[in-house]
Amino acid sequence: MTPAALEKPLTGRMRADGSPVLLRAYEAAGGYQGLRKALGLSPKDIQGEIHRAKLRGRGGGGFDTGVKMGLMPPPADLPGERYVVANADEMEPGTMKDRWLMEGDPHQLIEGLLIAALAVEAQTAFLFIRGEYGEPMARLQQALGEAAAAGYVGANVLGSGRRVEVYVHPSAGRYICGEETGLLGALEGRRAVPRAKPPFPVVSGLWGRPTLIDNVETLCNLPHILARGAAWYLGLSLGPDGGTKLFGVSGRVKRPGLWELPMGTPLREILFDHAGGMADGLNFRALLPGGASTNFLLDAHLDVAMDFASVEKAGSRLGTGTMIVLDDRTCPVGMLLSMERFFARESCGWCTPCREGLPWVANTLEAIEDGRGEEGDLQVLADHVRLIKMSATFCALAPGAMEPLRGAMQYFRDDFERHVREKRCPWK
Amino acid sequence: MLTDHDKQEIQAELARTPSRRGALIEALRVVQRRAGWVSNADVVEVAAFLGLPVSQAEDVATFYSMIFRQEVGRHVILLCDSVSCWVNRADALLTHLRSRLGIRLGQTTADGRFTLLPAACLGACDRGPVMKVDEDLHTHLTAEKIDRILESYP
Repeated sequence: MTPAALEKPLTGRMRADGSPVLLRAYEAAGGYQGLRKALGLSPKDIQGEIHRAKLRGRGGGGFDTGVKMGLMPPPADLPGERYVVANADEMEPGTMKDRWLMEGDPHQLIEGLLIAALAVEAQTAFLFIRGEYGEPMARLQQALGEAAAAGYVGANVLGSGRRVEVYVHPSAGRYICGEETGLLGALEGRRAVPRAKPPFPVVSGLWGRPTLIDNVETLCNLPHILARGAAWYLGLSLGPDGGTKLFGVSGRVKRPGLWELPMGTPLREILFDHAGGMADGLNFRALLPGGASTNFLLDAHLDVAMDFASVEKAGSRLGTGTMIVLDDRTCPVGMLLSMERFFARESCGWCTPCREGLPWVANTLEAIEDGRGEEGDLQVLADHVRLIKMSATFCALAPGAMEPLRGAMQYFRDDFERHVREKRCPWK
Repeated sequence: MLTDHDKQEIQAELARTPSRRGALIEALRVVQRRAGWVSNADVVEVAAFLGLPVSQAEDVATFYSMIFRQEVGRHVILLCDSVSCWVNRADALLTHLRSRLGIRLGQTTADGRFTLLPAACLGACDRGPVMKVDEDLHTHLTAEKIDRILESYP
């Protein structure tokens, strides 16, 4: 591999024309070496390597992957079926990274899923993918067919006597299926209504059995950690968490896109060097660093390192690492309205703060944006930000929905007040 | 009526899951792939075939956005209305599509050609605004481009 490819383990193999890396090319570029390595190790040693790599979950939660694996009771303590699930239900607004990984290098995800299965001694793996992701799904099915024919997947993985079956399961739609316990409901043929935790899925998940659920990007790191070791992996990062990260920029910038960069890359570098800064005639106002469930960051925050701890210190969350930029010609109230309508629509309806609170927030924002806002409306919004929090709901959907609103109320207060005072949207 | 082919596909799903309920959502989608949508009669029949209460089938049939409970047109348009596309002025494209097709979100054109639905983020935010027509993803949309795209779906 070239040095450039070394720095981009997740995307270095990908083809410039966007066509998928198929089996022969994948193997020629070092593919399935991580799996071969894992087959020679005990589950405990595989977990140890992943633990030392400090791989934090890339789906938005940021939980340590090695720690999560270690929380699953070993078969000696809890015999019977156990599962691994790839969460490929990418639907966080502004997030396009897992599509890239699945379309460009589908074998990498399959190899990661196989390694995860070996690490927790599971024999069945599900790849739960968004129903709308037709192209990624077709490419994964093709890769899975190749992998099965070559003996990587199935009853006897590479002659090792280990069995790992992989099933691609398309979602029937809705954002809440990406919440890990909602996802379990969908796989079981129920509504995707999140479950109270504990018990966590690693203890009681699919059909009550221990289940490890990891995001696509997280799993794609496993082949590289196994093949090249935790020390190498830690060295890829500029900060305390291991590895590279897929960062994305959308909104009205010069070059919207996706890049694989060291974890901890400064926000300013991503926005200006990679995305080229704002499009002509526009000025930067704010951005959401990791999807619609993260709080705004401003000009003053642009030197923040894009890793979990640093972004949290700046008052937001790394989330999915795919940022959405607000320019000075776009109405912040309208932007919030778009996001809160999404969250209100996608609520599963199970718990009251979310089912009742989010439509209230969306309707209030709509009134303000349409010039029907009243004096007390800002207080209504502030009350929801205060009351809808993690301890009040079954899952993170509604608390996540309050994140950008919290920042907007603070940073764009003048804009909200002007809408109410002038009885119109000043941007229209 | 479930066809023999439907039943075979549902049986294949049953083989992959430890509970009959585990095949329920896929069974409804088997029907939809053939018929285009899932009627009340289909819900009852799928439940009966799987040996499950109708309430369980109805429960999921009314929950998932990709299970259609009304007849849809020959082509289904999913226009992304999430935040990245919104910043790129997707709301103007919705206005354009509505007037061009003469329908609102959730409706089907009188000739049965198009159904227009909103979609959550389609994961192509760097290429927005975007929409899907059937299985095809269309990016960098403008009103003119949408007009050309619609022509290619008879």
